Amino acid sequence: MPVITYRDALNQALSEEMHRDDRVFLMGEEVAVYQGAYKVSKGLLQEFGEMRVVDTPITELGFAGVGVGAAMVGLRPIIEFMTWNFAVLALDQVLNSASKLLYMSGGQYNIPIVFRGPNGAALQLSAQHSQAFESWLAHIPGLKVVTPGTPYDAKGLLKSAIRDDNPVCFLEGEMLYNTKGEVPEEEYTIPIGKADLKREGDHCSIITNGKMALVAMQAADQLVKQGINVDVVDLRTVRPMDVEAIRTSVEKTNRAVVLEEGWEICGIGTQVVDYIQRDCFDSLDAPVIRVHQADVPMPYAKNLERAAKPDAAKTIAAVRKVMYLD
Amino acid sequence: MATKVFMEALSPTMEEGRLVKWLKNEGDAVKSGETLAEVETDKAIMELVARGDGVLRKRLVGEGESRPVGDLVGVIAAADENIDSLIAGASTSDGATPAKAPEQVVATTQESAGASAVPQTQAQPQGEASTPPQQKIINAPPPPPQAQPQQATAAAAGSNGGQVRSSPLARRLASERGLDLSRLQGSGPGGRIIKRDIESAATQPAVAASAAPPRATAAGDFEDVALTQIRKTIAKRLAESIGPIPTFYLTAEYDLTRVTEMRAAMAEIGDEFKVSINDILMKAVATALSQHPEVNAHWLGDRIRYHHRVHLGMAVATNDGLIVPVIFDADQKRMSEISREARELAKRARERKLKPEEYTGSTFSISNLGMFGIDQFTAIINPPEVAILAIGSAQDVAVPDGKGGYETRKRVRVTMSCDHRAVDGAVGAAFLQTLRRLIENPLMLVY
Repeated sequence: MPVITYRDALNQALSEEMHRDDRVFLMGEEVAVYQGAYKVSKGLLQEFGEMRVVDTPITELGFAGVGVGAAMVGLRPIIEFMTWNFAVLALDQVLNSASKLLYMSGGQYNIPIVFRGPNGAALQLSAQHSQAFESWLAHIPGLKVVTPGTPYDAKGLLKSAIRDDNPVCFLEGEMLYNTKGEVPEEEYTIPIGKADLKREGDHCSIITNGKMALVAMQAADQLVKQGINVDVVDLRTVRPMDVEAIRTSVEKTNRAVVLEEGWEICGIGTQVVDYIQRDCFDSLDAPVIRVHQADVPMPYAKNLERAAKPDAAKTIAAVRKVMYLD
Repeated sequence: MATKVFMEALSPTMEEGRLVKWLKNEGDAVKSGETLAEVETDKAIMELVARGDGVLRKRLVGEGESRPVGDLVGVIAAADENIDSLIAGASTSDGATPAKAPEQVVATTQESAGASAVPQTQAQPQGEASTPPQQKIINAPPPPPQAQPQQATAAAAGSNGGQVRSSPLARRLASERGLDLSRLQGSGPGGRIIKRDIESAATQPAVAASAAPPRATAAGDFEDVALTQIRKTIAKRLAESIGPIPTFYLTAEYDLTRVTEMRAAMAEIGDEFKVSINDILMKAVATALSQHPEVNAHWLGDRIRYHHRVHLGMAVATNDGLIVPVIFDADQKRMSEISREARELAKRARERKLKPEEYTGSTFSISNLGMFGIDQFTAIINPPEVAILAIGSAQDVAVPDGKGGYETRKRVRVTMSCDHRAVDGAVGAAFLQTLRRLIENPLMLVY
C-alpha cells in the first residue's frame, strides 16, 4: 500500500471528488495560482481550470457566503479557510446560514458544503493563530464536524464530507500535513460519525480526536513499556459522536482518559465525559480524567507553549492516575 | 538470608497489635516457629512466632507499643549479616524502654479478652459473642505483608467519614458477587474500594460461586411480578439490616405453665378478660424493656440512643407483606389495653389502613410466628433498633420433673437478634433473664 502524506491524501480526495462530480468546486484564499497556502490544492487549477478552483480576496465572510449561496442553487462548494482561526470572521455564514437553512426553509434547501482548513496550534504562532475550534463548531445543530488524524482517515473522510448533502466542517492540522501513512490506491470512503480503535488494550481507554490521536499513540507506545495496554479510541468525527465506540471501550477497560487539543471549559471532552457517566456509570472504577490545553491564550514563548499544550507525558500521567498507580 | 518480622494479623479483625512482651532479646538465637513476643490483638494476647532461623538482631518496637498489621517489628538474620538496609525504612523506636510495666498490661488485657469483650472501637463490628476466642488463629499462615499497609491507610481514612467509598464498578461487582462492601478494605484514594479490591476479596474462599449448570427454563415455569412499594421497602430496609449490622442470636426456652394457667383463669372470669398468650408475652417484653434500656435503643451511626419510653413494634403479616405497627408506651399499658390495641392494629394492618405514625417510632420489635407452627426462628433487626425478639410456638415438651421422671410442660422458644455494635452478648442475655422471670412468674406483671 502506498505511503503518502496527509497533504497528498487530501489532494487526492479533492481531485477524485472533482472528477467524480462536476458540481464540486474549490474556493478560498490562494487555492488556485499559489496552489494553496499549505499546497493542499496543488495541481488542481491546472487539472480543473479557474471556474472550479477559485482564488478569492481576503474576505472570509464574503466567500463563505458565496459558498452557501452556491450550495443553495445546487453546486457542491468546498470552502478552504487558510486556517480556522481566520474562519471566525465567517462564523455568521457557518452558524446562521449553512447550519440553519435546511431547517428554516422547511427542508427546501440542502446545503452540501464543506468548510475546511487547518485547525489548532502549530509551533509558536502565538495566541491568535493557535486555536482549536472543534468544540465551538460541534456545539451547533445542523453541522457535522470531522477531525481526521491520519492520511488514511483524511482522504476517506474528506470524500464522505464532499458527498454529504449537509454542511461539514473539516478540521485538518498544520502539523499533520507532512505526516505520512498508508493510503490504498483503490477507492474508499470512511463514514462520518464512526470512531476508529487505533490501539487495543484492556487497562484504560484514551478517547481523543484529530491531531491528538497521534499524541495518544505516542503515549500508548510508552505505556506499553510500563506494562500498560490502552485502547486508543479516535473519534475522528466529533459531531455526530460515536457513543457506541466510547461505551464499548470503557465497559471493557473500566477507566478513561479524554484527550483533546482545545481548552478545558465546554470542550469536546466534557461531552465525552457526559456520555461516559450516563452510559457507563456502573462500569467506572475511577473518575474520568481529561487532558487538554491550559486554560490560557496560547503563549508564544516556546517553553510556555510546550507547558500549555496537551502532550504524551500529560496523557501518561493521567492514565497512571486513573489506574491508581500514582 | 535475613527474615523480617512483621506485625501479623493474629485475629481476623486485627488491624494493629500491641507488643506486650518480647520473649527474645536482641542477640538471642531463634528457630522458625519459636515464640518471639506476646502481642495483644483486638481479642486476646497471642504469640508472634519466628518465620525463619537465625539471630534476633533487632527489635524495632518497644514493649507496650502498638504497630499496624504489616509493619516491620524486628529482623532475624545471621549474626554477621548487614541488616542496615532492612531497618532503614522502619519506624524505629527504642526497644529498651517499655511504655508500661508489661505484667500490668498482661493482667488487664487478659481480663477483657473473654467471650463478651467490649469492642475496642465502635466502628469495627465484632462478632465474637457467639464464637469462642480464636486461639487457633496463631497457626494460620500470615497474610502477605505487602497487602497490609493499604488496609491500615484505608481504615484510617474510613474512620473519619464513617462512609464506605467505592467506585460504581466496585459497587456493581460487589452486588453481583454478593460481597458486603462495608467488610472490604479499599485501596484507592481515601480508602475508595475499587475493582482490584473486589477481585482480591473474591479470590478468597467462601465466595466460591456455585458452578451448577443452569437449568433450562420454559414459559410457565415462573411468573414475574413487579415489586410493590411495600415489597421494595421491605427489601431495602431488611437488606440494610442484614448487611451492615453485625448480628448475633440468643435463644432461650421459657416455661409457659403459669402463663397458660393465668390465661385460663382470666378467661373463666369473663369474656372481657380473655387475652392471648401473645398479649401476655408482649406485656412481659414491655415490662422487661423498661428495666433494660440498653436493648431498648436505636443505633444512629455515631451514637446510640437509649429510649426511656417503650414503644413496642409487633410484626404483622399481611397479604402485601410485613408491617410493624407500634404499641406506644407499652410498658405503661395494662394487659387489656395491649390486647385490644394489638388486635386492632393487626386488623387495620391487614386492611392496609395504618397511618404512617402508627408504624413508625418503635424502640424494640417482636415477631411471632408461633401461629404458623414455627418452633423457633431468627428475625431480622428493624433498624435503627438494636434488637428484635422472635417468638416461636407454644409447645408441649417433656421436661424432667426433678424426681427422675418427666412431665409435660407448655414451653416457648424465643430468639433475640442483637446488633453487636450496640448490644453485647451478656447484655442481651441479662434482658432474656429478666424476661424469663416475668414469663415464668406472670404475677410479677401486675406488681
